[in-house]
Amino acid sequence: MFDLTGKCALVTGASGGIGAAIARALHGAGATVGLSGTRVEPLESLAAELGSRAHVLPCDLGNAEAVEALPKEAIAAMGGLDILVNNAGITRDQLFMRMSDRDWQDVMEVNLTSAMRLCRAAVRPMMKSRWGRIVNIGSVVGSIGNPGQVNYSAAKAGLEGLTKSIAHEVATRGITANVVAPGFIETPMTDKLNEDQKATLYAKIPAARMGTSDEVAAAVLYLASPEAGYVTGTTLHVNGGLAMI
Amino acid sequence: MSDIADRVKKIVVEHLGVEEDKVVDKASFIDDLGADSLDTVELVMAFEEEFGIEIPDDAADTIQTFGDAVKFITDAS
Repeated sequence: MFDLTGKCALVTGASGGIGAAIARALHGAGATVGLSGTRVEPLESLAAELGSRAHVLPCDLGNAEAVEALPKEAIAAMGGLDILVNNAGITRDQLFMRMSDRDWQDVMEVNLTSAMRLCRAAVRPMMKSRWGRIVNIGSVVGSIGNPGQVNYSAAKAGLEGLTKSIAHEVATRGITANVVAPGFIETPMTDKLNEDQKATLYAKIPAARMGTSDEVAAAVLYLASPEAGYVTGTTLHVNGGLAMI
Repeated sequence: MSDIADRVKKIVVEHLGVEEDKVVDKASFIDDLGADSLDTVELVMAFEEEFGIEIPDDAADTIQTFGDAVKFITDAS
């Protein structure tokens, strides 16, 4: 099950924990992967770990020109583009009353606008081959909000609307578009929480723990697979029951 | 019929799965040949590729019939 042999997948934010796990999962199922991110070193070491079928494609998603060029570079390197995973994201957390326009714009540009641009460019080769998978990484906060994250939660909620509309437009061409919305996942960021903070957090999560990057990656792998061909426009929540929606 | 018209017709027949004799100058892609709006976008993409030209979006909007397509491509190439 979930054989991606011969498929080419572009993963943004592959230098981060979740992005790297997604790239490993897709690669493990046989896909050729394009690893994109801003930090070249972790991308290079991930590519070295994966061995063959891995291409490093550095890109600053805050730079519109670089974003426009990325799908072309990906196709040139991999020979196609069948699966797009928009995983990259930044945060500029700030209480709403103190949030600057810049904090808003930076988050929108990277988390929402760049994803739109990459989807737009990716749909073209997917339409031609009558097969494609778009998986956008959302967040539980796009559904339930989070103090300090007005910009981030708005961008993640926006990603869901964008994904659904794309799903409508391209469904007859064998292309699906879905969102995977992680809850709290073990990352270097959440490692910094102290025991009290973790206890408070766990009280809200029925599973009483954080999720792992691999658990997010498994959801992406499913939605990227041929088996998920009839699943489109949906959001798959991976949050331990934090929000049952 | 010109070479361009033949090539355009071949693309239309293949893409929309219609009979060749239905593809006449006045045939509207949407009203007569059963295309949806996404088909028209794909046809334009296919024309661009076949003829090595670029068809801007506002020009693409004016290409409603087979005849429109042949005329636009003849003028552009």
